[in-house]
Amino acid sequence: MVERTPILNILTHLILIMGLIMLLVPLWIVFVASTHDFRTVNTVPMPLWPGNQMVANYTLAWQQSGFGPKMLNSFIVAIGVTAGKIAIAAISAYSIVYFNYRFRSLFFWLIFVTLMLPLEVRIVPTYAVAANVLRPYQELLDATGISTILGALAGIKITLPEWSMLNSYTGLILPLIATATGTFLYRQFYLTVPDELAEAAKMDGAGPLRFFWDVLLPLSKTNMAALGTIMFVYSWNQYLWPLLIITDIANYGTAVMQLQRIVPGPLFGEPPRWHIAMAGTLMVMTPPLLVVIFMQRWFVRGLVSTDK
Amino acid sequence: MARIDISKVTKFYGKTQVVHGVDFTIEDGEFVVILGPSGCGKSTLLRMIAGLEEISGGTISIAGEVVNDKEPRARGCAMVFQNYALYPHMSVAENIGYGLKVAGVPSAERLMRVRAVAKTVGLEEFLDRRPGQLSGGQRQRVAMARAMIKEPKVFLFDEPLSNLDAKLRVQMRIEIRKLHQRLKATSVFVTHDQVEAMTLADRLVIMNKGIIEQIGAPKDVYDRPASVFVAGFIGAPGLNLLPATVSSDSHSLTLADGQRLIIEPTRYPSLNPGPVTLGLRAEALNIRQGGAFVPQGGLKATFDFAEELGVGQHIHAEVAGSPLVIHVDGRHPFAFGAGLNIDVSPRDMQLFDSVTGLRITETDVPTSVSAAA
Repeated sequence: MVERTPILNILTHLILIMGLIMLLVPLWIVFVASTHDFRTVNTVPMPLWPGNQMVANYTLAWQQSGFGPKMLNSFIVAIGVTAGKIAIAAISAYSIVYFNYRFRSLFFWLIFVTLMLPLEVRIVPTYAVAANVLRPYQELLDATGISTILGALAGIKITLPEWSMLNSYTGLILPLIATATGTFLYRQFYLTVPDELAEAAKMDGAGPLRFFWDVLLPLSKTNMAALGTIMFVYSWNQYLWPLLIITDIANYGTAVMQLQRIVPGPLFGEPPRWHIAMAGTLMVMTPPLLVVIFMQRWFVRGLVSTDK
Repeated sequence: MARIDISKVTKFYGKTQVVHGVDFTIEDGEFVVILGPSGCGKSTLLRMIAGLEEISGGTISIAGEVVNDKEPRARGCAMVFQNYALYPHMSVAENIGYGLKVAGVPSAERLMRVRAVAKTVGLEEFLDRRPGQLSGGQRQRVAMARAMIKEPKVFLFDEPLSNLDAKLRVQMRIEIRKLHQRLKATSVFVTHDQVEAMTLADRLVIMNKGIIEQIGAPKDVYDRPASVFVAGFIGAPGLNLLPATVSSDSHSLTLADGQRLIIEPTRYPSLNPGPVTLGLRAEALNIRQGGAFVPQGGLKATFDFAEELGVGQHIHAEVAGSPLVIHVDGRHPFAFGAGLNIDVSPRDMQLFDSVTGLRITETDVPTSVSAAA
């Protein structure tokens, strides 16, 4: 749409610029803080121009906080969660769109409803399951009386083995990979794929799995990139869940968890050394930022167009 | 190569019945065109043969084997879709060879066969392109090549030309016909375009509202439409249809405005008096220039307008309140509202039951149009 409204143009740009400033100023302050020494950062007012302590601060933050292994953990978890989410979303949406079975719209809406139940809402039960994965089944057996009946009849007491996901990559990844957003995104994408494509594949002799692998997945590349970008950032920034299930911080701590320990905390002590903390924060922020920058082109295409 | 037997086939979508017990046989190597208006069930029938729709009742056999419960891939059919349905992310070569890849044909052999098929449809230079970089006609060729490479027993075409522009459509029509002459594979072609149907078919199957109206060679269907529906559908323009009444002595017809036409008694020896529908081919009518009007051997009509065809004109006129189209070879500069004297040969009059719409069979005397052809 082309409109010639110079006054409106100036106004909209003004609003845009104001919004941008509101978003960027805090980041700028974080950056400035990370480049001064302890004394300057704590003066009031804090200078708004970068100082000369940048290299020293960043080196110190990197060395003392042990970000190296933590970042590696974060990468493992973020990539695991992202891959898992894409796989689960693609498969569940495939089932919902391409197969005709009873209650399939009910299943879709059940998945969709979980959008309203973020991890924080269900964190206690999820923790209980993570602590003992087979517990729901054990309780089901007990509640339905199957184990009592079997105990009375055959004298066997069924006790399912305990499987704990606490303090493991599995525990960090698995409970997070269900995704209503992703399923919805994939469903919308599949709905735009013409039916004839599935029929042509059928005529070519390709079964459902073959069609999924050879046709749908390659076609959904941009979609996948968009979902991957969002989900990478989401899982990199996970804070509450790792904090809850990881007690073995030395082996399984993630970078974002580590931030919490920087200030004011066991790593650098009191009083809070904000300049080091800010340097650490910026370092932890970098990987998702890079992912977004590199994936930006695909990301926008995946969300906006269907690319066919 | 295979013969297809379609026996009492029905199709229900929920409670709506779209195909009402269809029966016919397609001989080995025959090119059959299923023709009908949209929603007549022709595509559904084709898709049931392909295995893309379940068959609600009756049986379909290919090469003597009932295929009702067989997967599409086990039926030995290849299909060309209306919108081509090419895989957008694969190159032309990958598109053509995908069926072979699924079947596990080694890549060296696959490449050879893809090249060979691409050559027959003139696509060799485009093998590395994506479908998005091709024109409509080229895409259509890829779709055809994809069907051909599987060397199927049966080719199924689902309105494959309707997305092309008029010129390309004629060209592809000829190519499909040539291809069939070379491959001699049993082919079923669905279309709503009667010109396409007439030019391609060995035999026509005309469907309407889920039932078959007529089966026959294009010329037979054109000469002797079995019903008013077929008469109006086949030919460009369709048969002129005028309500008329058979006189009590069965020797003449009276139109709504009282004009009378003589019936040839040898063609209709036992005609019941009463209302009928008179059918007249535009090509069988002549406008008499000068000379006297012959009562009972001609019609008086009023000129409306002329449609230029290049080879001649379609004169649109009005007779007894009904439209009448006359095909003429030359040019006729009539004025609007001018009176026309039209010669009607009794041999060209076709009669249909005014209630059922079915043809009233005549004794076998060729019409002047078919005698000329």
